[in-house]
Amino acid sequence: MKRIYAKEDYCIGCRLCEIYCIFQHSGCDTLVKAFSQKDCLPDPAVRVEEDGAISFALQCRHCDDAPCVAACISGAMTRDPETGAIKHDPDKCIGCWSCVMVCPFGAIQINLEKGKVSSKCDLCGGDVMPACVAHCPNEALVYE
Amino acid sequence: MSEKRYDYLIIGNSTAAIAAVEAIREVDRAGTLAVVSDQPEHCYCSPLITYCLAGKIPEEQLDYRPGDFYEKAHVDTILGAAATEVKPAAHEVVLADGRVLGYGKLLLAIGGVPFVPPIPGCDLSGVFTFTRHEDMRRVQEFIDGNVVRQAVVIGAGMIGVKVAEAFAHLGIETTVVELQDRVLPLALDQVGSQMAQHVMEEHGIRVLTTAGATSIGGGSGKVQSVTLDTGSRLPAQIVVVAVGVRPNTALAEHAGISVNRGILVDDHMRTSDPDIYAAGDCTEGFDPLLGETRPIAIWPGAYMQGEVAGRNMAGQDDGYVGSIPMNSIQVCGLPTISVGLTTPPEGAEVLQYKSPDGKRYRKFFILDNKIVGALFVGEIDRAGIITGLIRDGKDVSSFKQSLIERDLGLLALPKHYRKHMVSGPGIEV
Repeated sequence: MKRIYAKEDYCIGCRLCEIYCIFQHSGCDTLVKAFSQKDCLPDPAVRVEEDGAISFALQCRHCDDAPCVAACISGAMTRDPETGAIKHDPDKCIGCWSCVMVCPFGAIQINLEKGKVSSKCDLCGGDVMPACVAHCPNEALVYE
Repeated sequence: MSEKRYDYLIIGNSTAAIAAVEAIREVDRAGTLAVVSDQPEHCYCSPLITYCLAGKIPEEQLDYRPGDFYEKAHVDTILGAAATEVKPAAHEVVLADGRVLGYGKLLLAIGGVPFVPPIPGCDLSGVFTFTRHEDMRRVQEFIDGNVVRQAVVIGAGMIGVKVAEAFAHLGIETTVVELQDRVLPLALDQVGSQMAQHVMEEHGIRVLTTAGATSIGGGSGKVQSVTLDTGSRLPAQIVVVAVGVRPNTALAEHAGISVNRGILVDDHMRTSDPDIYAAGDCTEGFDPLLGETRPIAIWPGAYMQGEVAGRNMAGQDDGYVGSIPMNSIQVCGLPTISVGLTTPPEGAEVLQYKSPDGKRYRKFFILDNKIVGALFVGEIDRAGIITGLIRDGKDVSSFKQSLIERDLGLLALPKHYRKHMVSGPGIEV
């Protein structure tokens, strides 16, 4: 399956990937509208890690041998049998954090107050160019 | 003669069984497959029954897989029918109702059975264990049909703590009694346990540690109190015994399959009988940190064992590397994660951090430059990065200090290791 890969040497830490991930999953039709309703904005599923000159963007790797699917006690984390992508169902999630315990990439964002995984990369559905890749100004993210 | 013969027969219907179904169907779409369970329910998430008891989730949400799961996977379900005997020579399984099923490959994914200590009074009405759907239903019915003001939970392990949380949520005055000196003794250290106990007490749960229940007293067949070894007596109209779960081995033992504390399996999850596999809490799993096999009743391990068993049953050649013990337990809103060893082995270096407000705590044990145990309380973000380092046996000597000092991220890891982890075409992370 196609996956998103990050190129550390090209990433300039602009965090546009985070912005466009939020926008993509906000359900709004314009960026301005999305960010004007700050209360219900989703968390970004991609996260830029940055330390001085080093930065890169990381999201769920959609592992072949996904430990989060094995660990999920609520049936919320599953592999799509068609695409192979790892999907998360927030309605089923009960916030046990077993996925957080086993994800070796630290790619799962959580919200302790809501008691749920707050976002996990869904590859923007899989059949289009993911928003983070499409809007990366320096081609530090590729989808291949 | 068997009534029907299946290429693959699975006894059990929880995570190991479902993982095996998924793995078998990835390899073999055509072979006949059936799931047999003494429990009548659709596959459900057993750890969630305390959430359901508390009314935090509706019963439908217990389903582990969608309602059409078996149908889509072409699985015959024989539910509510206990398997009473396995006949390895004849390749047959006998059910309680007399039916006989034949198999090509058999998987025992029959889980664990709660241990009930020999305390007088455990047979009284109102005394329960709490591992199965029917336990939840029986407890619910008991609470609905009786005046239950006070509860005692014996055992402050994972199940005990979550049951106590559910009772407190329902407004029942709840006391937890634990023989060890702290709550969640297998998962947390002294400091972490104190944080957990504190938040339990804030939620109205009374916690008594270093306290053993010596008898359960009652009248007219119903529970009325629990007497402790200190001599004090706790009034209770309901009692849950949650002191541990043991591998369910009876079926295997009776069939002449090798059993120690759990069913013995090789790295392909095969038992001493070449056509019978076992996975999940009924087995002894290999613990790579201790280099020995022992019962490791953890959900992720059960799933991965089931997956490996399923692949091998379907003709592939897949080995299992073993299960690192790990637990993620949210105690009254306080998240906790422990991975690997929970007491420091001899000669281990201990790194720890506690936030100034006392709300976040983390601790690592390092032996021979490798992390062999980790504990997170209050803040668990990206804890899995440490799990990965433990699993990979990674030498952390050059960056261990930054693991304890800063927020966890892949950035804390050396570049070459990041590359190794996120490997694939075009990877330059």
